[in-house]
Amino acid sequence: MKNTIPLQLHVPEPPARPGQAPDFSWLQIPEAGSVPRPDTATEPQEMRPLAYTLIRVLDEAGAAVGPWNPRLDPETLRRGLRTMMLTRAYDERMFRAQRQGKTSFYMRCTGEEAIGVAQAMALDDRDMIFPTYRQQSILIARGWPLVDMMNQVFSNTQDRLKGRQMPIMYSSKQASFFSIAGNLATQFPQAVGWAMASAIKHDDRIAAGFIGEGATAEGDFHHALTFASVYGAPVILNIVNNQYAISSFQGIAGGEHSTFAARALGYGLPALRVDGNDFLAVYAATRWAADRARSNRGATVIEHFSYRATAHSTSDDPSKYRPAEEAALWPLGDPITRLRAHLTALGEWSDERQAQLSTEVDNEVQQAQREAESYGTLGTGEHHSPATMFDDVFKEMPWHLRRQRQELGF
Amino acid sequence: MNMVQALNSAMDVMMARDDNVVVFGEDVGYFGGVFRCTEGLQRKYGRDRVFDTPIAEAGILATAVGMGVYGLRPIVEIQFADYIYPATDQLVSTAARLRYRSAGEFTAPITVRAPCGGGIFGGQTHSQSPEAIFTHVCGLKTVIPSNPYDAKGLLISAIEDDDPVIFLEPKRLYNGPFDGHHERPVTPWSEHEAGEVPDGHYTVPLGRASVVREGEDVTVLAYGTMVHVALAAATEAELDAEIIDLRTLVPVDIDTIVASVTKTGRCVIVHEATRTSGFGAELSALVQENCFHSLESPIARVTGWDTPYPHSLEWDYFPGPKRVAEGLRRAMED
Ligand SMILES: Cc1ncc(C[n+]2csc(CCOP(=O)(O)OP(=O)(O)O)c2C)c(N)n1
Repeated sequence: MKNTIPLQLHVPEPPARPGQAPDFSWLQIPEAGSVPRPDTATEPQEMRPLAYTLIRVLDEAGAAVGPWNPRLDPETLRRGLRTMMLTRAYDERMFRAQRQGKTSFYMRCTGEEAIGVAQAMALDDRDMIFPTYRQQSILIARGWPLVDMMNQVFSNTQDRLKGRQMPIMYSSKQASFFSIAGNLATQFPQAVGWAMASAIKHDDRIAAGFIGEGATAEGDFHHALTFASVYGAPVILNIVNNQYAISSFQGIAGGEHSTFAARALGYGLPALRVDGNDFLAVYAATRWAADRARSNRGATVIEHFSYRATAHSTSDDPSKYRPAEEAALWPLGDPITRLRAHLTALGEWSDERQAQLSTEVDNEVQQAQREAESYGTLGTGEHHSPATMFDDVFKEMPWHLRRQRQELGF
Repeated sequence: MNMVQALNSAMDVMMARDDNVVVFGEDVGYFGGVFRCTEGLQRKYGRDRVFDTPIAEAGILATAVGMGVYGLRPIVEIQFADYIYPATDQLVSTAARLRYRSAGEFTAPITVRAPCGGGIFGGQTHSQSPEAIFTHVCGLKTVIPSNPYDAKGLLISAIEDDDPVIFLEPKRLYNGPFDGHHERPVTPWSEHEAGEVPDGHYTVPLGRASVVREGEDVTVLAYGTMVHVALAAATEAELDAEIIDLRTLVPVDIDTIVASVTKTGRCVIVHEATRTSGFGAELSALVQENCFHSLESPIARVTGWDTPYPHSLEWDYFPGPKRVAEGLRRAMED
């Protein structure tokens, strides 16, 4: 049969470009508290609607409502707020350090702090994280020393990774935080492999993998879901949908006609779609997924719906591809502001305490920076000996690397 | 023009001449690419012909093969050569062999552009020079320009070529002829004769090297950034070196290589990529096979070390003018 109309290529376009008013009319935001919370024993097929909605706990007035409310005590809430603020202060300082020429590159997670912090707090510190470069908040939530993170960012003499990795590519086996990859998506199926190993060994630890919505287009994303589904791997598969890859909006990643959470359904995995700027929603969803994994019910996909409030990295200028005001007008707000409002509504917080905490985290970061800078920065050039460049290529150095090291003069 | 503008101009010229030329890749559409090489093309030629893709290098190459089979001439951008690996199956198992396996019935006239090389503190995932991975694959042509004039002419040839071409762009050369002296600012291309790039259509043929400096003492085989490093090194070592910019690695210009080494009797091969099984190994074998009786000293290689590209130790890794000059002196010893 012959086609009678000329075929057309569809190339997705974002709702607004620079110079246009931000447009959020496509966004459907259910009321906080309106999404039901099934038992973790429920069959995945019966939970399919959860992939298309948005689990929200914090309402406009700052109250925690509905079945997903994790009912955290004020102490835990304050710890969440503090960790998010510490992360933001850390990001701001390191961003400025890059601008001052103290390092080559930096990436902030501004607006996405709740995702890492709430997830880390809802998991056990021994659960294994396979992060992207935007989950520094998890290391911070696990109490990892800021100085050590800064040493890595500055590639200085105390950098445990010996200046080999670009800034922010942290690695901490002790904090159960896997070495960050520059090659997108590779960590996602690795998280599944780790979880399979934990199951093979009848261990009690689960894994959590992270991926950006942009990188879900890579084949590795699908390998992760296939293996997780086939082997019932005890893993949480987190998709952080911050609306943008670099310049391309989530529609280019395939978000125009479906949700990223819904990717799970074809694999028979349950999926939760969560307001990623709602600390309590992220905490509750993580707990739910962790409970499933811990009771041998397998993997859960969580889409954290958020917004990348700052540039992709220090090499990026978002004003070139999206309206400048979009971030400030993001309808789901800011995670720190929202948790603060909740604590205030509970009568557990005040403007004075907020100001005090703000100074406290700033001081903590400043102090750490002073110490880290005393070990050198990339800008000033104190770093590991060039001789170390040849270590760790193999466990034992073969003759050709020894010879090359000699050629370099060591 | 700088190299970014020259590459942009090549694509512009070809899109205007041939409706079958399409450009796609990550961030190449509205934004114009993270290195700005495709800036303005979407506005000019429309979203049907210049578009952003999902972050899926395998998908990019696979759809390029499909479009090539239809009869289009896709130019795809891999954001960094370091991110080409997910696409290797499509490149190695299909694009490179399609002509062979269908006895010429189907072909994949694809140009794969990818920035390569270090010098920008990009660490191990923004600095690699993976050319030898592709030169090892039969059915792929591999091109690496060293200046804006060549970049445009070679890219046009690559686009017009009926076989798949891997087109590696030394990112450190985008703005000027970087010669390895990272402590000095680079002179812009506007002050270099190779920065004079005609607006219209012209070609620099694939498979043809260029002798960028004639000399009698020793032959230097180089490509990409290392051409400029070799020029600086020869000057600093005060040697009358003949420097050859290979420009195309497959098919390599054997005649120019043989003529030069036969004349000088000495040969130094330089590349930024790691040494073991690097393209220098192939060049060394070719020189040995073809010029054995002319050689007066062992062939020397100056290359990146056999380690991943380290972030803070970038300049200890990079085979700069000092190391190349040492290589030249070594070749002159015997
Ligand atoms: C395999 C691979 N392809 C391309 C890149 C270049 N790149 C780095 S980050 C990025 C965007 C990623 O977007 P997303 O997954 O949404 O994560 P986000 O940065 O928004 O957190 C791209 C294209 C890469 N690092 N790895």
